[in-house]
Amino acid sequence: MSTTEGASWPTTRRAVIRNAVGIGAATGAYAVSFGAISTAAGLSVVQTMVLSLLMFTGGSQFALVGVIAGGGNPLAGAAAAVMLGSRNALYGMRLAPLLDVRGWRRVAASHWVIDETTAMAIGPDDERTGRLGFYATGMSVFTLWNLGTAAGAVGAEALQDPSVLGLDAAAAAAFVALLGPRLRGREPWAVAGAAAIVAVVAVPLVPPGVPVLVAALVAVAAAYLPGRP
Amino acid sequence: MIWVGVLLGCTGCYLLKLAGLSLPVTWLVRPRLQRIAAVMPVALLSALIGVQTFAAGQRVGFDARVVGLAVAGFAVWRKWPFLVVVGLAAGSTALVRWSLR
Repeated sequence: MSTTEGASWPTTRRAVIRNAVGIGAATGAYAVSFGAISTAAGLSVVQTMVLSLLMFTGGSQFALVGVIAGGGNPLAGAAAAVMLGSRNALYGMRLAPLLDVRGWRRVAASHWVIDETTAMAIGPDDERTGRLGFYATGMSVFTLWNLGTAAGAVGAEALQDPSVLGLDAAAAAAFVALLGPRLRGREPWAVAGAAAIVAVVAVPLVPPGVPVLVAALVAVAAAYLPGRP
Repeated sequence: MIWVGVLLGCTGCYLLKLAGLSLPVTWLVRPRLQRIAAVMPVALLSALIGVQTFAAGQRVGFDARVVGLAVAGFAVWRKWPFLVVVGLAAGSTALVRWSLR
């Protein structure tokens, strides 16, 4: 989320909030498909809502529900969800100096450490814009993610096949939009290409949810390549 | 049993988030860890795109989602707004599905 050089704070603030609402609306639409898929997989509406309220990290939620839908053990689903959620710990380490929260504030802020809030927080160059990006996006995504989940879970019958609306492709498109700005230079392109190939090749070999974790090894390998700090 | 998985998953995911914000700052100054954290989103987002587009359960294949991905890629390259990117991708995928029925 670029902020124009020298733009006044009200202008910047408006832009950040507009982007936050846009991201919330997109994830809300995605949440409708999550709610529907989750109840279709055999979870109750309450279990589906608990996931969105308490787990609140989309990839992990889809991983858990996907494992259960594929006939997997719910504990295996939980393991996949937690492994996928490990990226949030890395995000937290990057956000800690920016947010600088302690005590109950940290306990509360932790819950909102996800892909979207991190992208909005570490995108801008100045800290004030970054912090606003984190909280505005957290508020917007948390609200609309849960509203969307409720709508999808309750209306699961009407939306039994979310693919008719192309909602499954909407998720990938949202990831493309988040990835695009990071692809500056040759190295990110190489990492992105390698990670996508590794993940897709791993799909038939490992349980659902795990291919993405396997691809995370590409990032670790890239960090060990010579010629870099 | 589903409840056990749900609650364990929720607890684990939250503790990881909390750990990220709580780890001692000395962890942050490790350059290697910083590098990994910097490249990680690129790898994970790209892997998610690959899986969400080409996987159906544990099978790999091509379907209408590929069109949505191409449209999204074009829209992002043109720097169109987030909602436009997502809406066009979903719409084009649904359109291709509908026309192939």
